[in-house]
Amino acid sequence: MFINFFFDLKQASLPVSLKEYLMLMEAMNKRVVDSFNVNDFYYLSRSALVKDERYLDKFDRVFGHSFKGLENSEGETEKEIPEEWLKLMGQKYLTDEEKKMVESLGGWDKLMETLKQRLEEQKKRHQGGSKWIGTGGTSPFGAYGYNPEGIRIGQKESRNKKAVKVWDKREFSNLDGDVELGTRNIKVALRRLRKFAREGVETELDLDNTIKSTAHKGYIDVKMMPERRNKIKVLLFFDVGGSMDAHVKICEELFSAARTEFKHMEYFYYHNCLYDAVWKDNKRRYNENIKTWDLLHKYPSDYKVIFVGDAEMSPYEITYPGGSVEFWNEESGETWLTRLLNIYENAIWLNPIPERYWDRISSASIIKQIFSDRMFPLTIEGIDQAMRELNK
Amino acid sequence: MKFEGTSSYIATEDLKVAVNAAITLERPIIVKGEPGTGKTMLAHEVAQSLGADIITWHIKSTTKAQQGLYEYDAVTRLRDSQLGDEKVKDIKNYISKGKLWNAFESNKRPVLLIDEIDKADIEFPNDLLLELDKMEFFVYETGETIKAENRPIVIITSNNEKELPDAFLRRCFFHYIKFPDPDTMEEIVNVHYPEIKKDLIQEAFKIFYDIREVPGIKKKPSTSELIDWLKLLMTDDVDAKILREKDPKKLIPPLHGALLKNEQDVHLFERLAFISRRENENLE
Repeated sequence: MFINFFFDLKQASLPVSLKEYLMLMEAMNKRVVDSFNVNDFYYLSRSALVKDERYLDKFDRVFGHSFKGLENSEGETEKEIPEEWLKLMGQKYLTDEEKKMVESLGGWDKLMETLKQRLEEQKKRHQGGSKWIGTGGTSPFGAYGYNPEGIRIGQKESRNKKAVKVWDKREFSNLDGDVELGTRNIKVALRRLRKFAREGVETELDLDNTIKSTAHKGYIDVKMMPERRNKIKVLLFFDVGGSMDAHVKICEELFSAARTEFKHMEYFYYHNCLYDAVWKDNKRRYNENIKTWDLLHKYPSDYKVIFVGDAEMSPYEITYPGGSVEFWNEESGETWLTRLLNIYENAIWLNPIPERYWDRISSASIIKQIFSDRMFPLTIEGIDQAMRELNK
Repeated sequence: MKFEGTSSYIATEDLKVAVNAAITLERPIIVKGEPGTGKTMLAHEVAQSLGADIITWHIKSTTKAQQGLYEYDAVTRLRDSQLGDEKVKDIKNYISKGKLWNAFESNKRPVLLIDEIDKADIEFPNDLLLELDKMEFFVYETGETIKAENRPIVIITSNNEKELPDAFLRRCFFHYIKFPDPDTMEEIVNVHYPEIKKDLIQEAFKIFYDIREVPGIKKKPSTSELIDWLKLLMTDDVDAKILREKDPKKLIPPLHGALLKNEQDVHLFERLAFISRRENENLE
């Protein structure tokens, strides 16, 4: 049974390994939890198998699925989410119109039934479910603010009463994230972009050279050399505002990873497309912007250029002068991008939108064309490829 | 050996299971969680409840794994050799023991706290893999192997600033201290201030959890901040009535400096208060 559970976890793409499974078995063997209590087993297996809070919600779902029905033999009665809560919350937050909608859907009982069904379905689907109820504007379960993630509702009930099974509460659901990269992986990917060189002040002892020179001269002749540093120089351009708000987190992660990886890094912000000015501080963007011309003159062509943006805009914003949504641009975005690409040989575009949608967004295709296909998805894989491209 | 929580520390059921698993299987446990949820405290409480010694190793950005094992002071030895010091004949005189060494040679099973492991370089945990797995290491200078007589209880805390390598994680138990719900929080507060008034707690909690829910807040106030704030409220003898104040002009809670530690958060909060005040005026 545990083997199946293990495979279920694997199938739900949780990063569990045999070593961790054996660790759990060892813990069971040594009676870390003495009674055969499902809750304790849940805590133990969670602690042994899940190593990142992002996966806790997924784990809870798989656990609930794998050990379904087990809790009954424990004598613990399976309870539904108390209807009163929902009613109470509904009365509190619903407008009259929404109340009517609830009625039109067959009233509370019907709604509860559907809700239960949907929760069931979600468990079986293993993933992508956490958003399903709650955020979808069309789902009736979003309208009255019912949140199955359990935090708000959970507060009403003491944790000792166990109205809902512990794992079914899914308290960690907001920490789950399928696409989340994490800065460690980004850093590792960014490390592809390295070119070491020794330049500057001589601070390190050059052992080989010292030995050679000492042997040669017959007295101790200390040779020094400069520290080995990553010579890569990078210009980062971030799209901010508008449709990019949804990708803020991953951009922040990329930014912080890049900042620690590259010693010579300059970053700038733009909106939608590159025009005649960029800025470094979003609060003071209208007062302290930097002319793109100055930028092109200031940084030599050995800088590598990384654009980060969803490239989602009206095609006119790229191709026509005056197309910008924010101000009158004398020259088109395309002109500016080409100008930049003519100077910097190594330039790529990272796009947080999944690759399969690019073709459907005409502005994205245009930019991809301008960048001669050097557009990569903002995933570990994508960054990896992008860095290889930049290294060429 | 079993950890059951102490009179000054409220441990949830899942935390106890995780800690006990780590104790029984003699494997490290990694504790993560929001800042201020008592990660470091845990190690001290485990040591206290088991009657064990605690050895703490605070990690900084410059800490190297080797420093936890031992350090060989070649420069002093070189200097001593020029002065003809007798000490120089024994290399042991120039080896200073690290925290791991101390923990390994302890004759009673100690608790070893590796605090904020994520502060160190990204390769740091990998460098400790074998040492923590086998609980032994080799001293090249003297040619001896240091092996733990009593495998220490290793508690590692992380603030999630860097991700830890998978190979390292696989060898550890893991626990994420989730933010305490109001009931647990009340227990925690009672442990700290047994004499606090009930109504003050209630009102303060309401404000506290409300602040945590404010969207866009940068640094959510944590348990330790709540404790500090309550202490201030108590010493200033703030009445629960003031907290219950619904007058929109006083929407910012008294002594909010203890809860909001970030200039932007204070601004955000003031702005929200301003908006809600304006809305109220419009209604009137």
